[in-house]
Amino acid sequence: MTRRIVAGFVPLVDAAVLVAAAELGFAREHGIELVLRKEPSWASLRDHLNLGYLDCAHALAPMPIASTIGVGQVRAECVVPFVLGRGGNAITLSTPLFEAMCDLAGASLPAEPRATAAALARVVRKRREPLTLGMVFPFSTHNFDLRYWLASAGIHPDQDVRIVAIPPPLMVESLAAGHVDGFCVGEPWNSLAVVRNLGHVVATKSQLLPRGVEKVLAVPPGLARDADTLGPLLRALEAAAAWADERANAAELARLLSAPDYLGMPASSLKDTLLGRLPLGGGEWLDDPDFLFFHGHAANVPQTGEALWLYAQMLRWGQLPPGDASREIAARVFRPDLYALHVGAPALAPPAQPFDGERFDPAHLDAYVARTRIHTPFVAATHIGNG
Amino acid sequence: MLLASRERSLDGSLCVTPKPLRVLIIDENAVRAAILEQGLRDSPAAGPPLLVHRIGHEAADLLPRIAAIDPDVILIDLENPSRDTLEQMFQVSRLAKRPIAMFVDQSDSETVQAAVDAGVSAYVVDGLRRERVKAILDLSISRFRAFDRLQRELSEARSALEDRKLIEQAKAIVMKQKGLDEQAAYALLRRTAMNQNRRIADLARALVAAAALLDAGDSQ
Repeated sequence: MTRRIVAGFVPLVDAAVLVAAAELGFAREHGIELVLRKEPSWASLRDHLNLGYLDCAHALAPMPIASTIGVGQVRAECVVPFVLGRGGNAITLSTPLFEAMCDLAGASLPAEPRATAAALARVVRKRREPLTLGMVFPFSTHNFDLRYWLASAGIHPDQDVRIVAIPPPLMVESLAAGHVDGFCVGEPWNSLAVVRNLGHVVATKSQLLPRGVEKVLAVPPGLARDADTLGPLLRALEAAAAWADERANAAELARLLSAPDYLGMPASSLKDTLLGRLPLGGGEWLDDPDFLFFHGHAANVPQTGEALWLYAQMLRWGQLPPGDASREIAARVFRPDLYALHVGAPALAPPAQPFDGERFDPAHLDAYVARTRIHTPFVAATHIGNG
Repeated sequence: MLLASRERSLDGSLCVTPKPLRVLIIDENAVRAAILEQGLRDSPAAGPPLLVHRIGHEAADLLPRIAAIDPDVILIDLENPSRDTLEQMFQVSRLAKRPIAMFVDQSDSETVQAAVDAGVSAYVVDGLRRERVKAILDLSISRFRAFDRLQRELSEARSALEDRKLIEQAKAIVMKQKGLDEQAAYALLRRTAMNQNRRIADLARALVAAAALLDAGDSQ
């Protein structure tokens, strides 16, 4: 019997595993009719998932955690049995800003996170008007990557700069129009900004937090319990992920993703991203097979420690109040047990460590957050009382 | 706290009439936004006076504009990509009022389903009374549906007009080719369409296209 599964996605390169599963027969071979539905925003995807219009979705890794705790929205439980992609983000700053950084540094800057963050800090200290930096959603790895990088050089993301959310397709135009001075976004938007001479890449996710979890499959509790459907779905995604990760398949995958139903942009730039080639500006190129990957190194296993790292970032930036209850909820959202049950139990890679060497131990999460020199306290919203 | 104190009269007793709700409409479609705005202004169902603002989507200056309006309820079309921008703004907002997405409130799933089907979403300041919000949302749903109906009627009217033009052209071709008067030409068209089980407008379109093809062939 074929089961129909409707999956929501936002048009980004890391929707690749879902696209390959639907287009190349991986889903069908496992008795799944996988229907993909494009969403105009993360907010829309979340609402459609929570209301049952979608059976599952391509989600930013922190979204299911925020949703299950009920922060920024009404609470809606969600679990993660599968990771759809790791890496793929980068931080790009406008060409004038990058040049100001080079001038103050008295040298050309390599795309190395420590050097570029320090150079940006010098510019921030000299400016009167705060810089505006874009990212994609409050509960996104992009938001946390950008904040982590800024704070590493003593820049307070909520006091020294302004951070705004902008839908990825509008990011490059916002930079061109001068509405933002830089952004943290997934591909192909960094490449496009660089190719148009609008900006320089100053850090990549593969530098900031190597092998960091990026997009996950978010599943409501009903599907999580339905082993007869979830099992074949996860096995289909596993097969699709293995295919999508093969370098030899990059050209075909880029062609699939370039279709108007998915990303609707030229296959050539998508292929570079899939091969880990990223233009950095000034004729420099990144060549890193781990820039964005879909399989291998147990990439598809959602690990509890990773969910807690994301939860720690939410605490650090005042998105929710500290508390044992929410930490326990966060620890149950990523479900390596469901992956093990339906796909298998591969040897896990050691947890990724961020570029500044600041080790994260989930067992001492509150101490980790308290130790951060730069953070933002949670402020509860005041209720109006009499509406 | 600031807001609660505003609702107290000079002698410190609570006012009986609630203060007006500030409603903000964000919609890329100006016509739909105008229909919704008018509906909200006219409707007694929405309760006490509403201050309605309407802004188009332009991610860059959305934030300062919303901050200046300081809305209690924001109505935005579901497909609007600016929703992610809004949600970030509410997250970092240190204002007393922090609106949250009102979906997934399971207590009123019927309204929520209707809103999603109509394509409208709402952000509501936490703690605002449910019945006032519901009245506004119900009205928005009906206005969004009315707009849809309007769009449909408009496109039907447009295609009816187009059909009439085609039939006129086809009639002229038949009159010329067959030497018939207008009435006879129309009767022939109608009879042929009926025999072929086609719409007369479809037959006319084929005829006009064929005539254009033959004309082009003649002129070469």
